Amino acid sequence: MATVKRRKRPGWIAEFGWRHLVAVAVLVFGLVPILYVVSAAFNPKGTLSATSLLPTDFSLVSFDRLFSDPNIPFASWFANSLMIAVPAAFISILISSLAAYAFSRFRFRGRRPMLLFLLLIQMFPAFLSVVALYLIFGAIGEFYPVAGLNTKLGLMLVYMGGALGVSTWLMKGFFDTIPKELDEAATIDGASHAQIFFGMILPLAAPIIAISGILAFVGTMNDFILASLFLTDRPEMTLAVGLKTLTADNSPASYFGIFAAGTLLTSILTVAVFMSLQRYIVSGLTGGAVKG
Amino acid sequence: MLDQRAQTAGSTTAAGQITKIAVLAAVAALAVWAALPLIGARAWWGLAVEAAVVAIVFYTYLQRRSIPLKYLVPGTLLLIAFQIAPVVMTAGTSFSNYGDGHRTDKDGAIEAIIAAGVQQTSGGANYRLAVGESASGELTLLLTDTADGSTWAGTEEGLTELDGATVDASGAITAAPGYTVWDLAELNERQAELAELAVPTGPETGIKVQGLSAFEGTSTRSYDEGCDCITDSETGTVWYADNEEGSFLTEDGQAALVGWRVNIGFDNYLSVITDPDIRGPFLGVFAWNVMFAAGSVLFTFVIGLGTAMALNKPSMRGTKVYRTLMILPYAMPSFAMLLVWAQMFNRDYGLVNELFGLSVNWYGETWAARAMVLIANTWLGWPYMFLISLGALQALPTDSLEAAKIDGATGVTAFRKITLPLLLIALTPLLISSFAFNFNNFNAIQLLSGGNPFPAGESVGGTDLLITYAFRQAFGATTADYGFASAVSVFIFLIVATISAVMFRTTRSQEDVY
Repeated sequence: MATVKRRKRPGWIAEFGWRHLVAVAVLVFGLVPILYVVSAAFNPKGTLSATSLLPTDFSLVSFDRLFSDPNIPFASWFANSLMIAVPAAFISILISSLAAYAFSRFRFRGRRPMLLFLLLIQMFPAFLSVVALYLIFGAIGEFYPVAGLNTKLGLMLVYMGGALGVSTWLMKGFFDTIPKELDEAATIDGASHAQIFFGMILPLAAPIIAISGILAFVGTMNDFILASLFLTDRPEMTLAVGLKTLTADNSPASYFGIFAAGTLLTSILTVAVFMSLQRYIVSGLTGGAVKG
Repeated sequence: MLDQRAQTAGSTTAAGQITKIAVLAAVAALAVWAALPLIGARAWWGLAVEAAVVAIVFYTYLQRRSIPLKYLVPGTLLLIAFQIAPVVMTAGTSFSNYGDGHRTDKDGAIEAIIAAGVQQTSGGANYRLAVGESASGELTLLLTDTADGSTWAGTEEGLTELDGATVDASGAITAAPGYTVWDLAELNERQAELAELAVPTGPETGIKVQGLSAFEGTSTRSYDEGCDCITDSETGTVWYADNEEGSFLTEDGQAALVGWRVNIGFDNYLSVITDPDIRGPFLGVFAWNVMFAAGSVLFTFVIGLGTAMALNKPSMRGTKVYRTLMILPYAMPSFAMLLVWAQMFNRDYGLVNELFGLSVNWYGETWAARAMVLIANTWLGWPYMFLISLGALQALPTDSLEAAKIDGATGVTAFRKITLPLLLIALTPLLISSFAFNFNNFNAIQLLSGGNPFPAGESVGGTDLLITYAFRQAFGATTADYGFASAVSVFIFLIVATISAVMFRTTRSQEDVY
């Protein structure tokens, strides 16, 4: 017994010790900025110089100013971001799931080239042609002021342009795993292709729809380049553009705490979503890994 | 199976039919609404495009021959309109000199130059002046007629009546729909541009700025088609048209401020090669761009894989807690965390200098700034690498690892000879797309360093990527050069296309989906 015990100790270090060491070291790196944001958000002074890594004091001043300062329309920014990102994610998922269904269940001419083309398009983010988009929407705005520059609708249309590229492949891969026999049975029962898609495939593919939707939502929330170009009026800005103005060089020093508070409130939304769907996210990403 | 579906495709339910009719009716209503402004402006090309789109939609959903079409048309139309068309247009713009000073056609340029020679005449209208920018960034005089208080918007293209403007007590416009009105500070800063701007109102008349007011008068300049030149009868200056450059030049090569938009072929591309002022910085940006993308992938992958290896042990305690905490940085909104990192690297009060007792000027020195963006970008990217590495590790075939163990391969050898090659097969496509993503990681640079540091008098920063460089050429504080910015974009397109081609080649063997 005694010899076994003695042998077990070095075994534990070789077996598990280094693993914990690595994990803790990486976690320190990973969590320090987040801890810093929390510390800054609850700091009563809210300036960069007064903020340390560990919170020294507790105050809700920054959160209060976030909603009371007329110069910081945080609530509008938040609402704008949601008003753009939620419909954009919803429509883009609808559009790409439609396409994924066609690619998964039908064989038609041009199918393979189109699939390859979508893979290629994925590599070209919309903002690469930002100059052209700017000119195009300037022209659109002259005819249709509701969809020109400085409008939410215009920005959403740009996001829609990339809808097909984002998740068609991921969804097609998932649709392929749903047995075709189910379709055939439904067809024999008299279901139309639309009924099969909306009534059967979509509900069965709920996990992948959820993941694609969240990734599209988060991607839209994080967009800065297009949003900053399209939305220039202060109350019309999204969170990304608006929060950036708080850290600009000419902003008052105390805006840092307000910015940190805004960051925390923004992240509550995304963190909650990620945490609740953790398992799906891992499998979704690796699914993407196999399918490119 | 297909034939069956084609036959039964018509057997839709009443509810389905009603939905279809309702949607098509909505499309028709939208089409009428969209057609009105096009007809009003006599934009027949736009109308033709609109009619074609509507026809495609109606054909798609009323025909029964091709069902896949019904599922592909919505996404494809959006893709063409807002992704492919802009790419084509970018390529087109890259062959032109489009930008500030070259916005209009030749007639517009002639009018503008003539208008710039306007001298005040008695009886001409006087205006109270405000200045603004239109939605498309064009410098605009916002004028209030001192005689009757009517409001006007004047650009180098001409004068249009302005409705719905807000006017202050002195008569100056303070707000107008579709325009951003400048404050005094901005007005002062861009005085030079204003002095050159003139609004043509007739063949020989125009409006010019004088202080905070503007006047209409007759020009001393005139255009002669015979010599294709503009002559100023008062100063005797003659500008000759250079139809290749799109500018009017005096004898000694001085260009008039307003030119016109022409096709200049490969000049934007060639200037990268031939103009040493552009070539040097451009190559520097390109080299750093590759370094940034490769470094980001390398660091995030090493940390992510290392962590995944450490946690890939089912019997280990606390793995679930570790994993949950490690997803946290990934779940935080990345734009906000980039801004947080930017503050953490503040020279005087930032956390990084404070924690390590440093006094590095992270924004002032090129290599410090580069280290900074790489550190922050690694922080943003490693959880993703961790997640995909963990997934790939768990999907590895256990028998090859067992076999290696039996053959005596342990530890480092087993990892290097078996685990890593197997992992790389699965992860290479993702590593390549990660490279492509970071190659154009606009956010990471713009939100962190903004391209800093800038050597004195240069418009290219030490941490600039090609995409931030192009963005600044088009929308930065200095004059807009859409043509050159588009050429840089096309260059990025080509690089990304090459990366994609490599990716296709490496992954083709693994794709069994066709």
